[in-house]
Amino acid sequence: MASEEQVKNSAFDTEAANCLVKELRGTVVAGKTKSYEWRVSQLKSLLKMVEERDKQICDALFSDLSKPEMEAFIHEIALIKNSCKVSLKKLKEWMKPEKVKTTLSTFPSSAEIVPEPLGVVLVISAWNYPFLLSVDPVIGAIAAGNAVVLKPSEIAPAMSSLLKKLLEEYLDNSAVKVVEGGVPETSALLEQKWDKIFYTGNGRIGRVVMAAAAKHLTPVVLELGGKSPVVVDSNVDLTVTARRIIGGKWACNNGQACVAPDYIITTKQFAPTLIDTIKQELLKFYGEDPLNSPDISRVVNSNHFARLSKLLDDDRVSGKIVHGGQTDKSSLKIAPTIVLDAEEDSLIMHEEIFGPLLLVVTVEKIEDGIDFINSRSKPLAAYIFTNNKQLKQDFVSNISSGAIVVNDISLHLMVDTLPFGGVGESGTGAYHGKFSFDAFTHKKAVLHRSFLGDAPARYPPYTAGKLRLLKALLDGSIFGIIRALFGFS
Amino acid sequence: MEDDHGMRRSVEELRQTFKSGKTRGVDWRKSQLRAILRLIEENKDNLYQLLQSELGKHPVESYRDEIGIVKKSVDLALSCIDQWMSPKKGWLPLLFLPASRKLLSEPLGVVLIIGSWNFPISLILDPLIGAISAGNTVVLKPSELAPNCSSFLAKLLRVYLDSKAIKVIEGGREVSNQLLQYKWDKIFFTGSVKVGKLVMAAAANHLTPVTLELGGKCPAIFDSLPNADIKVATKRVASGKWGACCGQACIGVDYMLVEQKFATTLIEELKKTIKTFYGDDVRNLKNMSKIINKFHFDRLRNLLEDPAVANCIVYGGSFDEKNLIIEPTILLDPPLDAEIMNEEIFGPLLPIITLDNIKESIEFINSKSKPLALYAFTKNENFKKQILTETSSGSVTFNDTMIQFACDDLPFGGVGQSGFGRYHGKYSFDAFSHEKAVLERSFYFELDPRHPPWNNYKLEFLRLAYNYDYVGLVLLLLGLKKPLSS
Repeated sequence: MASEEQVKNSAFDTEAANCLVKELRGTVVAGKTKSYEWRVSQLKSLLKMVEERDKQICDALFSDLSKPEMEAFIHEIALIKNSCKVSLKKLKEWMKPEKVKTTLSTFPSSAEIVPEPLGVVLVISAWNYPFLLSVDPVIGAIAAGNAVVLKPSEIAPAMSSLLKKLLEEYLDNSAVKVVEGGVPETSALLEQKWDKIFYTGNGRIGRVVMAAAAKHLTPVVLELGGKSPVVVDSNVDLTVTARRIIGGKWACNNGQACVAPDYIITTKQFAPTLIDTIKQELLKFYGEDPLNSPDISRVVNSNHFARLSKLLDDDRVSGKIVHGGQTDKSSLKIAPTIVLDAEEDSLIMHEEIFGPLLLVVTVEKIEDGIDFINSRSKPLAAYIFTNNKQLKQDFVSNISSGAIVVNDISLHLMVDTLPFGGVGESGTGAYHGKFSFDAFTHKKAVLHRSFLGDAPARYPPYTAGKLRLLKALLDGSIFGIIRALFGFS
Repeated sequence: MEDDHGMRRSVEELRQTFKSGKTRGVDWRKSQLRAILRLIEENKDNLYQLLQSELGKHPVESYRDEIGIVKKSVDLALSCIDQWMSPKKGWLPLLFLPASRKLLSEPLGVVLIIGSWNFPISLILDPLIGAISAGNTVVLKPSELAPNCSSFLAKLLRVYLDSKAIKVIEGGREVSNQLLQYKWDKIFFTGSVKVGKLVMAAAANHLTPVTLELGGKCPAIFDSLPNADIKVATKRVASGKWGACCGQACIGVDYMLVEQKFATTLIEELKKTIKTFYGDDVRNLKNMSKIINKFHFDRLRNLLEDPAVANCIVYGGSFDEKNLIIEPTILLDPPLDAEIMNEEIFGPLLPIITLDNIKESIEFINSKSKPLALYAFTKNENFKKQILTETSSGSVTFNDTMIQFACDDLPFGGVGQSGFGRYHGKYSFDAFSHEKAVLERSFYFELDPRHPPWNNYKLEFLRLAYNYDYVGLVLLLLGLKKPLSS
């Protein structure tokens, strides 16, 4: 096993990565990936792949995460299909140069912004939505006319090898490649010069990726995570709120999602009512024995299982468990667990949970929630359930986060007309829909001039009159120009 | 130069100011923008003088490239800021109803702007206009290589602008290094590739997004033109090479590509233009900036030291070391492996490379890093199209030079080695804003199929929903459509 591992490792080193990039650069230089026809054919193939192989995709997701088929369908397959369809429908429009106004100072001229592919791009994806988070950026890269290398996460090995197989089978291998592997392979890839790196994962690796990118001045998109809060006011429809929170927390890969609720903020007074309702609804969703429910994903591997167990085992936390807490090491399952008012200095209050544990933090007044959130790093998403208009408005304008959803959870990522991405510690750059196309596109500024209308004021020898004319031109003031031209001012 | 402690206090104060929410209000933003306008209006003469003494810029040039540009940017920002700040509402699929979505531009926080010496006023104030419009607090680090302009900014910004929100920190490399240790919400850098890499590497420690405005060798393709147009075209080339800070401009023309048979005509016309514009006596050049300092003067002189390069000089080549003046200099076909053809020149030397066919220029340009700007003088529409699709650069300007900089609706920024991120006009506002996605739902109309326990009915529901097949959905809800068994 060890020697096999070594052979695998030595198979993809810096030199191999270099060759790979060279090959792809050749494809880009030949102009193949630039044409509308190529892009459409690849997107169509992707769509066909998803339609024909959805069973295999579901199986791989089950093997890596015990992901229920329904979840696999809603969150991965359907979203990818939608992405392909939106891109196919809109691509022509996206590729069209955008005409823009020109000013008097450059008259007569016409200007446009021409979208062009960046070149050869690298997509490094994550294990929690191993299909969606791999293929969705690839769709953007292809739609924008780039050659792309995908490095799926080695922590979801079934999906990693399926992606390699499927993308090789369905897509143009001279322009789209999959490189499997872990740290050594990723390091070899990061040493290369890319025209864009799109990374989904955590802030620690995000920093490594950006530092590597700096050596080649490569722009990056970093899709990270963070502790996404949910503020729950007391005037809400309780059942709907509880169901939406459960839906966003446990019915999304059992909390292993970058936009999953990490903690709830509610008032001391309201907390018991809210927790009771969540418990009731959890019972309806997953039954008495959630560890054996087929409708909930497992923890991805024993490392993460140990990490999550450690968060719970802390003395400052274990006494605060008000629901769940059951774990089964052999099946890597952890039941939906609610922790009420863990000590501020415990690890769980500061690390992104990324699992089935949900914190409830109580405050005296619900408005205090805003300060609590603002005292921490900017999250990827911030949620609020309320019918109070003022509170809603304060929340929306005072919380800085990648996105804000009012009265629901995670739904924003299904809206392709909203950019999806973080701010501060939750990342930089955005994608989805047209934003994916833009993430992999350079917007070239183009100015067309004719030889007419040459203003002598631009050129030396300079005179006071020229200065006046220039002032008027830059001011855009017609009268000023006329005055200057006639020497009246 | 401030000590580490003072710097820390300054940055901390800016963060407190940002937290107080003061900089978010549109009134604050407008008052600061107006103050910039007042600052340049009231100190115009002083600025002309400073730019003249520090860089030898003629007042007209100073107005065109620094004062006027800043004024224009402020005017635009003042007239558009309400519109820029208003949330963008948008379309949602029926399935999400009742719901609304919008995009809200919010300030990033505390930002750092590092300027460059060649346009010491506009390359600081222009990004500042974006940062203020977007509601951020700002540290400005002007270039120490234009010390008088730097101290002008340090002294006067404190007087005219809100000093609790906008600070100038002066200094050289050491101060920059110190500044880069802090956590910023955005770093906006104008300068060289080498320093750009350092800035980005430092930013990576804090996951800070960066805009890098770098440079590169900007080519000018010169196709054979009718006689009437050659005059205008050469004027524009001359002004793009020597007219803006004596070639010390990131979008200045670096070298020219021309067909062999057309080279002589071009050179003759350029010589004439140089004489009218600048004169031909290096001791008495008019309307030309000087080289910023001895270091760059020597760097430029060294580019010509190689005899193989020196032999190619067809015009100019004189130096006035005392006044740091270099004559407009034209070189014909210097060796392609010489330094002058591989480093950004950033000075008044103009190599002209001849080709058998002008179409070869595309391949020539593609063999080098992507430039910040590409200029092409041609009337051939097919060739224009070919240039647009087959080369990559920050911008392309046909039949002129430099003026893309003045076009507010065009994004200004590079690609590849010429940098990334963009500004000017609305793009400046965007460069310092985070576009927050806001989705709002009500509690009505909760769809049961969203939640487990899962079954085939729910799966079919979602299949139809994702296809926006509303007819199918209604049929399914009414029980008139059987879910597929999976």
